[in-house]
Amino acid sequence: MPNMSLKKNPMPEQRPDERNKNFLEVTTGYTEETAIDEAKRCLNCKHKPCMQGCPVSVKIPEFIAKIAEGDFEGAYQKIKETNALPAVCGRVCPQETQCESKCVRGIKGESVGIGRLERFAADWHMSHVKDEITVPEKNGKKVAVVGSGPAGLTAAGDLAKRGYDVTVYEAFHVAGGVLMYGIPEFRLPKNIVQNEIDNLKKLGVKIETDVIIGKTIMVDELVEDMGFDAVFLGTGAGLPSFMGLSGESLNGVYSANEFLTRINLMKGYKFPEYDTPVVVGKNVAVFGGGNVAMDAARCAKRMGAENVYIIYRRGREELPARAEEVMHAEEEGVIFKLLTNPTRLLGDDEGWLKEIEVIDMELGEPDESGRRRPVPKAGSEHILPMDTVIVAIGQTPNPLIKKTTKGLDTNRKGCIIADEKGKTSRDGIYAGGDAVTGAATVILAMGAGKTAAEAIDEYLNN
Amino acid sequence: MAYKIIRKKVLNPQIFLMEINAPLVAKKAEPGQFIILRIDEYGERVPFTVADFDREKGTVTIIVQIVGKTTKDLSALEEGEEILDFAGPLGMPTELEGLKKVAVIGGGLGTAIAYPQAKKLHSMGAEVDVITGFRDKSLIILEDELKAVSDRLIITTDDGSNGVKGFVTDRLKELLDAGEKYDAVIAIGPLVMMRAVCNLTKGYNVKTIVSMNPVMIDGTGMCGGCRVIVGGETKFACVDGPDFDGHQIDWEAALNRQKMFKAQEKTACESGHCRIGRTNNA
Repeated sequence: MPNMSLKKNPMPEQRPDERNKNFLEVTTGYTEETAIDEAKRCLNCKHKPCMQGCPVSVKIPEFIAKIAEGDFEGAYQKIKETNALPAVCGRVCPQETQCESKCVRGIKGESVGIGRLERFAADWHMSHVKDEITVPEKNGKKVAVVGSGPAGLTAAGDLAKRGYDVTVYEAFHVAGGVLMYGIPEFRLPKNIVQNEIDNLKKLGVKIETDVIIGKTIMVDELVEDMGFDAVFLGTGAGLPSFMGLSGESLNGVYSANEFLTRINLMKGYKFPEYDTPVVVGKNVAVFGGGNVAMDAARCAKRMGAENVYIIYRRGREELPARAEEVMHAEEEGVIFKLLTNPTRLLGDDEGWLKEIEVIDMELGEPDESGRRRPVPKAGSEHILPMDTVIVAIGQTPNPLIKKTTKGLDTNRKGCIIADEKGKTSRDGIYAGGDAVTGAATVILAMGAGKTAAEAIDEYLNN
Repeated sequence: MAYKIIRKKVLNPQIFLMEINAPLVAKKAEPGQFIILRIDEYGERVPFTVADFDREKGTVTIIVQIVGKTTKDLSALEEGEEILDFAGPLGMPTELEGLKKVAVIGGGLGTAIAYPQAKKLHSMGAEVDVITGFRDKSLIILEDELKAVSDRLIITTDDGSNGVKGFVTDRLKELLDAGEKYDAVIAIGPLVMMRAVCNLTKGYNVKTIVSMNPVMIDGTGMCGGCRVIVGGETKFACVDGPDFDGHQIDWEAALNRQKMFKAQEKTACESGHCRIGRTNNA
């Protein structure tokens, strides 16, 4: 008999006034009992609408049925068939616009907590089962993967399982890409990412850190001199956009990339135990309304800022961040200044940020994205005292590979042009993830890595 | 993979040289480029200009001035020890093609950074005048090396203790006033020195290339921390530079940005992670 409760089992989490002072994970995960109870809310629909909402087609009703039976390891293995990183996806996927948006239970009441169950299965596996990884027999062909974020890691794993000799190149000193430098510890503990990377190494994947493809080694060298039969470019969207406002180079103004990298990758929140500092003032404004903006705002709060503002030019409905992140940010005391846009940043004689000028916005006609276009209200400019500004309005792909690889076509926005299988304008070179789409989600990048791995396999077998 | 220190040489009480085994970086490095290193797990990522490289030996030389936590900790490492991370080469090489007569100006540590440019220009057959400035005689570095790659070497000291008193700008002005015609001046050193050189050369209408060295994390265009205003536009020193047309730089903004982490640098030095004996103070 299914559990007909209209509400999801709530996710246990740290109290907001406690967690906004530490970097420990916010949500602590379902217990076995809660997971079984939640799994029983699934109606096991014949047409499986949830799966259509999943970019990597996780067999959702099947894994949930295993949880309901108490076969947690079986559930994990079921997810693993199509998703290389369940512990990551269970935590960072925007389920409310993907699988859970299609759930029949969501029509009347709340959808099944698919993301929470995915996370539960992955966490249960990690704490109860020691991965026994058998190294697949090598097929004698070499593939280079450039970038070790979600796209690259997925492609590397899938190719290694097919017997390819895979080397992943990473510009930073640790692998993981945005999972390491971007998403904070309190939302995605780094030991989870590290565990996935260690498993890849056990599969025989070689990871070369400190190598910047396009500087240390060129893409053409990989193919011509180093004997790689194919290359996958999963270089992400790492170039921060600024707004072009006057005062953006004042001290106290960060790109979200810089702010988050200092905190997450360089462990700036443990300064001076770790050498990398982060300066956070009393009043902090984050420009933008996506997940990156929420991460930056919540980090700023944890770094001791008194007042942290999200300044976003559209309304609440339009916030691109995951619903859970917005809710968590609000609970933690982040103040949302919606329909507000910054116009300039003002500093003192020493070059430090002191104030920002913002203008009120109202929503006009829908634009090409279908969202109502924000229009400034004339004469509504006003000043807010501010010590720190974090610009989180988006990232574009790094031009390094494009500049140094002849014949690799990119579009007007600098994104690598690739077909639906990841094939680029250069024979044997594939690409996927944010490097192709511009900044998007972890799961879409993983999907692209998976598709490209299949395409590379096909290419090298023809 | 770690990177072994092959050779260490103290050049003066504040400046030392390190030759580091990094074959991939050595293979590609060109004058004007830089590397980013991280001493160990606790370390900050800090950029250093490539002072020399040996493609055959697979080594890269950096010359370091002790100014903060990382440089101090680095100075405590000895030959045979290892650095955890060493990535590069980063940034654009200095454009030296077509230059026939050049004045290379180095201030203090900048002398070390100017050396590979002088060396390359000399090997390309250009006429190279080198002017370097130091606070006093005890701080002079690379005298023999620079002599070997220049047509004229002028070393000046702020206090005149080496017999030549004054700033690099005084010496450069003398040469320009005497009618020397340079295709370009390459000035590398503290921001105030580079600004002074630019103010001078502007009047003589001589193209001046400077090398910016702001705080950065990744060195690949990702953090945007290294932004510099050049000709009214925001540029990233790591990917667009580190060399820029000195007459276009907003020097005031550059000087201000240098102060961003000054207070924290002090904290790091006083109570930061202590590498002596590899214990942790904090």
